[in-house]
Amino acid sequence: MRKRIWRIVIAAFIWAAAELMKSNISSDYMEWASAALFLASYLIAGGDILMKAARNIVRGNIFDENFLMSIATIGAFLIGEYPEGVAVMLFYQVGELFQDYAVDTSRKSIAELMDIRPDYVNIYKGNELVQTDPDEVKAGDTIVIKAGERVPLDGKVLEGSSLLDTSALTGEPVPREVREGSEVLSGCINLTGVLTVEVTREYEESTVSRILDLVENATNKKSRSERFITRFARYYTPVVVAIAVLLAIVPPLLIKDANFSDWIYRSLAFLVVSCPCALVISVPLSFFGGIGGASSRGILVKGGNYLEALARTDRIVFDKTGTLTKGVFRVQEIRPSDAGFLTEAAIGLDNANADGKKTENEIETRKQKLLELAAHAEHYSNHPISLSLKEAYGKEINPGRISDAEEISGHGVRAVVDGKEILVGNKRLMKKYNIFHYQEAEAGTIAHIAVDRQYAGYILIADEIKEDARKAIRELKEAGIRQTYMLTGDNEEAAMKTAGDLQLDHAYANLLPGDKVSKLEEILKNSSPKSKLAFAGDGINDAPVLARADVGIAMGGLGSDAAIEAADVVIMTDEPSKIATAIRIAKKTLRIAWQNINMAVIIKIAVLIFSALGLTTLWAAIFADVGVTIIAVLNSLRALNVKTL
Amino acid sequence: MTKKFLLKGLGCASCAAKMESAICKLDGVKEATVNFMTSRLIIEGDDDKMPSIIEQAEKIVKKIEPDVVVKKA
Repeated sequence: MRKRIWRIVIAAFIWAAAELMKSNISSDYMEWASAALFLASYLIAGGDILMKAARNIVRGNIFDENFLMSIATIGAFLIGEYPEGVAVMLFYQVGELFQDYAVDTSRKSIAELMDIRPDYVNIYKGNELVQTDPDEVKAGDTIVIKAGERVPLDGKVLEGSSLLDTSALTGEPVPREVREGSEVLSGCINLTGVLTVEVTREYEESTVSRILDLVENATNKKSRSERFITRFARYYTPVVVAIAVLLAIVPPLLIKDANFSDWIYRSLAFLVVSCPCALVISVPLSFFGGIGGASSRGILVKGGNYLEALARTDRIVFDKTGTLTKGVFRVQEIRPSDAGFLTEAAIGLDNANADGKKTENEIETRKQKLLELAAHAEHYSNHPISLSLKEAYGKEINPGRISDAEEISGHGVRAVVDGKEILVGNKRLMKKYNIFHYQEAEAGTIAHIAVDRQYAGYILIADEIKEDARKAIRELKEAGIRQTYMLTGDNEEAAMKTAGDLQLDHAYANLLPGDKVSKLEEILKNSSPKSKLAFAGDGINDAPVLARADVGIAMGGLGSDAAIEAADVVIMTDEPSKIATAIRIAKKTLRIAWQNINMAVIIKIAVLIFSALGLTTLWAAIFADVGVTIIAVLNSLRALNVKTL
Repeated sequence: MTKKFLLKGLGCASCAAKMESAICKLDGVKEATVNFMTSRLIIEGDDDKMPSIIEQAEKIVKKIEPDVVVKKA
């Protein structure tokens, strides 16, 4: 690199000296000297280009840029335009240098972004802690991760607690807390404590390896704009060169007082402009930047084609559970009934207000009592609903208070708690015991509770909407998504509630995993070929749907093989708003790529036309080649900057 | 079978495109990709023709950019 810079600087100096000498020419001798200086400058600047061109012609490979530049500059010399001949070569070299630098920079910045490869692992050999290569460690081995070290392999914490910096994987700045039993993923940095970890995945299957593999291969899948530009370049160069030849020969023969050197000068401009590199490089460079930038935000895009599809996505289909909602059942509401068991006297509120008004406190006590009874009745059950009730209760359960517990399959449980018969279950259970209860239409799963065959109230258990989901939908609409859909296996009520809360445009409930594919195909059928449809799921059970959509987006992809495999875009965190970020990055990348294409084509064609008409000089042609390359490369580098998107 | 190579010193984007289209035309090649940004060449092709594919691909690379070194990746 340094050598090239010096060569350019020296050549430029000599060129300037020669130019100076030329403008003060007083004798033939001076003219020859100036020409010699120009030649020297030319050879210093472009000797290697001439060599390469010659070598490539021997190998039968003409029409490459070395050849074009050589012909153009030699031609300029032959018609006596020494300064311009040298300048073309000089600027061409500057452009090349610049281009190499830019490509290098973006290659490096992406490599840095992805600098998550672990160097070593601390492992016990006997009683001694030694460092070894990550790929020598097997699943089941116990490793030690000290504070400040990178987690080398995926595993489970056996001992210790710490904070992990996951930003390299997720783009998430807030550290994650881990303790005994937590899963740790390779690529995170252990911030505070020492962790003893059991390795669960060997190096090749670890999160780090998979992510690196994915990003490295991402740019293999080429986008349409990339294919367009390489196809364009394939025809562009030969056509422009052919016109250049015609331009040099035909007009001087046809037009009476035309002179050859004037037309040759014009055709040389064509040769200079005919180089396709500005075009060809700027598009993949933009995509590379976009994909790299996205990965710094915890969004892995598997190819330029998917980035392009994302930019043209106008409809998104969401899976509900785990994507828009947390996928964890939680007690949402406790509704003690006014009648029956939960009267003030019964739960020990002797000092109830005389006027019968219930204070906040009393209502709270009644709720707690209901939950306590339900949790005790469900003590021996492992049903997800039981678990969520017990979790909400949060206190130790005293088995001594419970007797005669039985599970009534498909209905609920019956148990005797504190000598009272408690029934906890669905509507069917209540009907079975002829218990009158209130009809309610709330979304979610409802556990009705009866005490001594008297209705005591119900507890609503539902999946929670992610805090981020509302923001996601809003941002997606802003990013140009026209229709939002939700598919779910849940019941109609739960689906409508979520869809309503999030203001989704369409929701389909009661779908089995297989139905989701056919539903998606139905939605796909009604789409225009230009716009794209994305599906976002958590990668569990929805791999076929992920594969069927134009763009399959897997959420919370960390650690899930199936999701990483099936999806086109993997979002490392479980925030749906990252989909909007991905679309914004995609749009910006596409915009940059097309700006480059349009700018390069328009400037080149304009310069070609003006050159043919003899209205411009070779200088404009140099700008149309090198200048455009530099602008395009600089513009592409913008794609890397997605911090604020 | 898919083979990956590192094209060390790959310097010109349109050359990369030329290599790609030439290698794609080789007998037995299902798909070939030259990734300019990562300097990778990926060839997917018939197992039994692979040795000759690799040999010819290397020649194509050398012809288009003589300074490039083809390495196994």
